[in-house]
Amino acid sequence: MQLLVIQRILGLLMMVFSSTLLPPIVTGLIYDDGAILPFVEAFVLTLVTGFLLYLPVHQQKKELRLRDGFLVVVLFWTVLGVAGGLPIYLSGIYDISVTDAIFESISGITTTGATVIVGIDQMPHSLLLYRQELQWLGGMGIIVLAVAVLPMLGVGGMQLFRAETPGPVKDTKLTPRITETAKALWYIYLGLTIACALAYWAAGMSLFDAISHSFSTVAIGGFSTHDASIGYFNSTAIQFIAIVFMLLSGVNFAIHFTAFRHRSLQPYQRDAEFRTYLLVLSVVSVITIGYLQFNHTFDSTAESIIEGLFQVVSIGTTTGFTTAEYYSWPGFLPVLLLYVSFIGGCSGSTGGGIKVIRILLLVKQGARELQRLVHPNAQIAVKIGKKVMPEKVIEAVWGFFAAYFAISALMILLLMATGLDQETAFSAVAACLNNLGPGLGDVGRNFANINDPAKWILCLAMLLGRLEIFTLLVLITPAFWKK
Amino acid sequence: MNIIILGAGQVGSTVATQLSKEESNELTVIDINQEILSDLQDHLDLRTICGNGSYPGLLEDAGADDADMIIALTNSDEINMIACQVASSIFHTPTKIARIRSPEYLRRPGLFAENSIPVDYIISPESLVTEYIYHLIEHPSALQVLDFANGRAQLVAVKAYHDGLMVGRALRTMNEVVPGVDMRVAAIFRDGESIQPSADCVIEVDDEVFLFAAREHIPTVISEMRKLEKPNKRIMLAGGGNIGGQLAAMMEKDFQVKVIEANPARARQLSATLDSTIVLLGDAANPDLLVEENIESMDVFCALTNDDEANILSSMLAKRMGAKKVMSLINRAAYVDLVESGLIDIAISPHQVTIGALLAHIRRGDVVAVHALRRGSAEAIEAIAHGDRSSSRVVGRAIEDIKLPEGARISAIVRGEQVIIAHHDTVIESEDHVILFLTDKKKIKAVEKLFQVGITYF
Repeated sequence: MQLLVIQRILGLLMMVFSSTLLPPIVTGLIYDDGAILPFVEAFVLTLVTGFLLYLPVHQQKKELRLRDGFLVVVLFWTVLGVAGGLPIYLSGIYDISVTDAIFESISGITTTGATVIVGIDQMPHSLLLYRQELQWLGGMGIIVLAVAVLPMLGVGGMQLFRAETPGPVKDTKLTPRITETAKALWYIYLGLTIACALAYWAAGMSLFDAISHSFSTVAIGGFSTHDASIGYFNSTAIQFIAIVFMLLSGVNFAIHFTAFRHRSLQPYQRDAEFRTYLLVLSVVSVITIGYLQFNHTFDSTAESIIEGLFQVVSIGTTTGFTTAEYYSWPGFLPVLLLYVSFIGGCSGSTGGGIKVIRILLLVKQGARELQRLVHPNAQIAVKIGKKVMPEKVIEAVWGFFAAYFAISALMILLLMATGLDQETAFSAVAACLNNLGPGLGDVGRNFANINDPAKWILCLAMLLGRLEIFTLLVLITPAFWKK
Repeated sequence: MNIIILGAGQVGSTVATQLSKEESNELTVIDINQEILSDLQDHLDLRTICGNGSYPGLLEDAGADDADMIIALTNSDEINMIACQVASSIFHTPTKIARIRSPEYLRRPGLFAENSIPVDYIISPESLVTEYIYHLIEHPSALQVLDFANGRAQLVAVKAYHDGLMVGRALRTMNEVVPGVDMRVAAIFRDGESIQPSADCVIEVDDEVFLFAAREHIPTVISEMRKLEKPNKRIMLAGGGNIGGQLAAMMEKDFQVKVIEANPARARQLSATLDSTIVLLGDAANPDLLVEENIESMDVFCALTNDDEANILSSMLAKRMGAKKVMSLINRAAYVDLVESGLIDIAISPHQVTIGALLAHIRRGDVVAVHALRRGSAEAIEAIAHGDRSSSRVVGRAIEDIKLPEGARISAIVRGEQVIIAHHDTVIESEDHVILFLTDKKKIKAVEKLFQVGITYF
C-alpha cells in the first residue's frame, strides 16, 4: 500500500471536485435565490482540504498499483459522498440533519435518486441544480472524469478505471490510451445529455427544468426538481422523451461509441446484451400493461400503455422517475418491477443493478448445467454473441451474484431490526442497492420517514451498489491490508 | 502515432514497453494468449485484443482503419507476412514492419515489395543477434560493437584493464596513443553510471569506454588501447538453434567451431548443413562432455539456447572449467545486470539488439539508427542532416553553435565515405550522417525535432 501516493491523488481529486460547486453558485447568481453562501463555503472548504492533503506529498509520483486503485476509488466515493452533503447541510434547508444531508448526497452521487427532502418545489434553484449535478457526475463516474482530465494518472488510471466501471469484463478499452477512452465516454455522455435537454426543452419544460432533468435522466439517477417527479409536467411527450433517453443511457456506452464511429446501427443489433436488455424490458412492459388494463387501473388503454411503459423503463433501468403511484398498483406489479430493477442496465452504462450481461451469463450457465445432465461428456462453451466467455468471468459472476444476495438479505434483516416493516425493508434495500430510488411501503414516496440508523445502512447499500460490491468488500479482507 | 503490434511474445512485449513510454504513441497489441495480454495491460497504458492478428475482422477491431503503422512480431513468418498483406490491401496502412526469421524468405529480396508481399521493413532478430555476436567474436576485447553509416564507422566498447594503455590517461592525450588515427571517446561508464567524457577526464581501471572510429581503424585502436589480445580461434557454441546454426555457418571458415545441441534431430540437421563445424550431441551443462571437448583451450564459449537459466549456468560452468571468455544470451533484463557484474563476460540481450533496429523505423526526422548502449541507459543515434542553413537547425552550423538538448553530444560525422571525428568547429553539411550520444532517453524527441527540416525545404 502506497499511502502517500494515495493521499496525493485523493487531494488532487478533491481539488478537481471542488470546481463542481461553481455551477450552482452561477445558478444562484442568475436566479438571485440568496442561497449562494453555503456553496461558496463548501467550495473553499473542499478546495483547501484537497490542497492540504496534496501539498505535503505532491512529489510522490509513483505509479498506482492494483490495491491502491481500490482504496483510492472507495475513499474517493466515500469522501465525496460526505463532502457532497456539505452544501446541503450548510444551506439549512428545512432544518436538515447531518444524516439527511449525507444520505441525500450519496443518493445523488450514486445515481440512486432516493430523497429525504419533501417540498422540493420550494427549494432555491442553486440547491436544485446541485442535486441534479451530483447525479450527473456520479453517472458516468467521477473517477472516469478524473482520468479524462488528469493525464498524469497514467497506468494507474487503468487501475482506478477498473475499480469503478460496472460490468464483469473490465479490460475492454475503446481507444489504446486510457485518457482517450475516458474522454470518449464523457463526450458520448455529454452528447446524450445535451440532446436530452434540448428534447425536454422543446417538449415544453422550462430551460432550468430541462437541463436539470436531462442530468438525472442520462445519469439514470432519478432526482427531480419537483416532488411529483416527471408526473408534475403531466405531458405524454415528456414521458416519451424520458423513456427514449433512459433506454439509451442504460446501454453499454462502448456500443454507442462503436456505432457513432462507424455511423451504423449494426453494433446494437450485434450485441447480445443489448438484445437481452430490450427483450426483458419489452416482456415486462407487455405483462405490466396487460395487467393494468385487466384491472382497469387507468381509464383509457392509451394511458395504461404510456404509464406502464414509462414505469417499467424507469424502474427497469434503475432510474426511478415516477409519474403514477406505482407502489399502489394492483397485485404483483410493484414487486415485479422491483425484481426487474435487480437486472438493471447493461454493463458499461450508467444504470445500476446486477447488469444484464451477468444475468445473461447466469442463464446460459444454468442451461449448460442442464445440458450436462443429459450429455455428461459434452464440452459446452458459454457464448455471448459469438464469443466464448472465459471460465474465470463466469466464476466471478457467480461470486458476484451470491454476494449481491447475501448482502441484500443481511441488510433487510438489519433494517427490520431498526424497526422497519418487512415490505419497507425489502424494497428500501432493493431500491438502494440497485441504485433505483423509490421503494414500496413507507419509502414509496420518499425516504424522509425512516429512522437514522436505517438511513446509514442504506447509504452503505447505495455505495455498495454503485461500486459493484467487490470493490468495497475487498477493503475489509485482511489479505488486502497485509504487506 | 497509432501503432498496431501483433504478437506479445518476448520481442513484442519489449517493443510495446518501449513505445508506450512515449506519450505520442497509441498502441494496440494483438495476441492469441489472453493471459499475456492481461498482464501487459496491467502494466502499460495500451489496448489489447485477443485473437489471430492476421484476420481482417480482428485488425479492424484493433483500429487498422486509422493506424499509421503495423508491426508484425509473432513467431510465425507466415502470419506476419499475411498480416502485412491484409493491412496493405484492406486498410492501406502506410508503414508495415514484419519480423521474418527464416533465411529461406530473406534470401529473395524481390519477395517483399509493394506489388508482391507489401512489407516496408523486415526485422530479423535472429540475424541481428547473429551479426552482433559475430562482431564480438571478431574483435576479441570488445564488449559491444555497433555499426554506423552502413558499417563505415563503428563504435566499440572496451573495458579498461589494469595494464592497458588507457588507464590513468586524460582524454585530451588519447590521440597520442594511436598516432595518425582520428578517434573519439564517446562515452564512459563507471560502476554502471555514465560520466561526461570531458577533455580532462581520466580513465580508471574497470571503466567501460566507448570508442568511435572509422571501421578500418578499429582493430588498430583496440589493440593499441589494450594489451594485445590474441585473436579468437576456437569457439564453442552451446545451442544450435536458429542463432547458433546461423552463427556457426558464418564463422566456420575463419574459426574452429564446435556446436553442442541437445536435440538429436536438430543435431543431425546441423551436421548436414554445416561443413567444417563439429556438431556435438549432448547437454552443454555436462562437465564430462566439456572436458572431453577441451573446454580449457576454448577462446570463446557462447551459450545460445532459448533458456536464460540454462545459458547462465552453462556459461558459468564453462568459465570455471577454463574457457577464456564466456558469453550468454539472456532475455530477461533483470538477469543481465545480475550476471554481467562478474560471472559472465558478456551478456547479450536480444531485445536490445532488435529494438535498436526497430526504433530506427519508428523515429522521425531522418533518424536512421538507434542503438542502446549499456542495456538502454544511453543511446547512440545516427541521423541524416538535410536542407540548408535557413531550413535546417543543424546544416551549415559549427557543432558548438548547434542547440543540442542537455545530455546529448555529437561524436562524429560520416560524409560520403569519409569519417570525420567531431570537433567544436566542425561544420555540418547537408546529407551528413551525424552520430550523437544521448544519456537521457527523454530527450530523443528533441533530437528528432532538431533534424526535422522546416516547411520551406519542400
